[in-house]
Amino acid sequence: MAEEGQEVKLLGSWYSPFVFRVRWALKLKGIQYEYIEQDLNNKSSLLLHYNPINKKVPVMIHGGKPIAESLVIIEYMDETWKHNPILPVDPYQKAMARFWAKFIEEKFTVARTLILDGEQQKKEVKQARDVLEILEGELKGKRFFGGDTIGFLDIVLGRIPGWLGAIEEVACIKVFDPIEYPRMKKWMDSFSELPMIKESLPPRNNLVQHFHKFRQHGRDPTTRTGFHY
Amino acid sequence: MADKVILLDFWPSMFGMRVRIALAEKGVEYEFREEDLFNKSPLLLKMNPVHKKIPVLIHNGKPVCESLIAVQYIDEVWNDKAPLLPSDPYRKAHARFWADYVDKKMYDLGKNVSTKKGEEQEAANKEFIECLKLFEGELGDKTYFGGETFGFCDVALITFYSWFKTFEMCGNFSIEAECPKLIAWAKRCMEKESVAKSLPDRHKLYDFALQVKKMNGIE
Repeated sequence: MAEEGQEVKLLGSWYSPFVFRVRWALKLKGIQYEYIEQDLNNKSSLLLHYNPINKKVPVMIHGGKPIAESLVIIEYMDETWKHNPILPVDPYQKAMARFWAKFIEEKFTVARTLILDGEQQKKEVKQARDVLEILEGELKGKRFFGGDTIGFLDIVLGRIPGWLGAIEEVACIKVFDPIEYPRMKKWMDSFSELPMIKESLPPRNNLVQHFHKFRQHGRDPTTRTGFHY
Repeated sequence: MADKVILLDFWPSMFGMRVRIALAEKGVEYEFREEDLFNKSPLLLKMNPVHKKIPVLIHNGKPVCESLIAVQYIDEVWNDKAPLLPSDPYRKAHARFWADYVDKKMYDLGKNVSTKKGEEQEAANKEFIECLKLFEGELGDKTYFGGETFGFCDVALITFYSWFKTFEMCGNFSIEAECPKLIAWAKRCMEKESVAKSLPDRHKLYDFALQVKKMNGIE
């Protein structure tokens, strides 16, 4: 079994919000690691070896042992490096945090709008707005979902500040209206202003370019399979 | 003060079954309330306003939704016996990864096998068996997915076993012929009282499935 002091590596890709969840968690815990960028359209033998099931990033390798799936990795981190806990300690609060994380994973799939059109795209936009409305209610006067400091849910939602604007631009949709979701807007601003978030977010232009490529390949049935967001 | 535990459930649900097994493993006394999913109770709508789905575990008035989240909660609260997750963080992560994989794949694959026809049926059967073979590979020669003791990943997957007869009848194939090791594992799990009493009779489930298909206009 891996020990606290053993070497940590992270297989990731610069545009993946799932990878960023793990990077932020590592930053919160002050853990040193080696980052290895992956080309998801030309998967390395390293990635295929350490995540043969999904062949996706992020993959954390701790003391030579791989852990995949961002939420599984974060829970592993909380159990291995017990300082600065990311999830609540109380079992009920933990269950609630897991519930909201799963809800977001399943329902906030707005990136699909990049490769959808017409009614299907509209449906995806509506679903995203329904999620934002529910989250707006959940914030209830808190600065962050975790309270005064960021926690599990804030990290899980981190793609909203960095990625959503770029998705909206490329897919020509409007999901986030700051007037409709004033608490979410405040949250977004507070979250993006945190130094560790601000300095890490990928440049919007880079994301926009990447999404344009993704949209092009995704809507062309001959190239769709295998091109990764 | 004694714990008050209620489970809002629906007897054919493989998700509800998971929570039943976990509560039985821990020897927790609870009230089972059957929900009519065409006429959801005010309690269900209040306790799970986001999804309005079962299962919902209500512990001293507080709801826990989503079956695997409820199972983990049960493991953490009633931690004096029958641990479902290993204590080692790496092995725990491994169990969570596979349980999550079951959650992402099995329901849709099973649904496709049960409802598709012709070429689509063949493709659905193939995908389903491929997934089960993946699980067989992960199981290897172990008694259970977690090793020597019945655990989280076993709970996540075993509840689909009660639906295997339905899948076989609809898909016109034999799961045991393709995945004998997995069936052997399932039978071992069924020897446990907590599992045997939590899974409904598979014939009854098949009749139920036929009724649902008929209602939805699927032959």
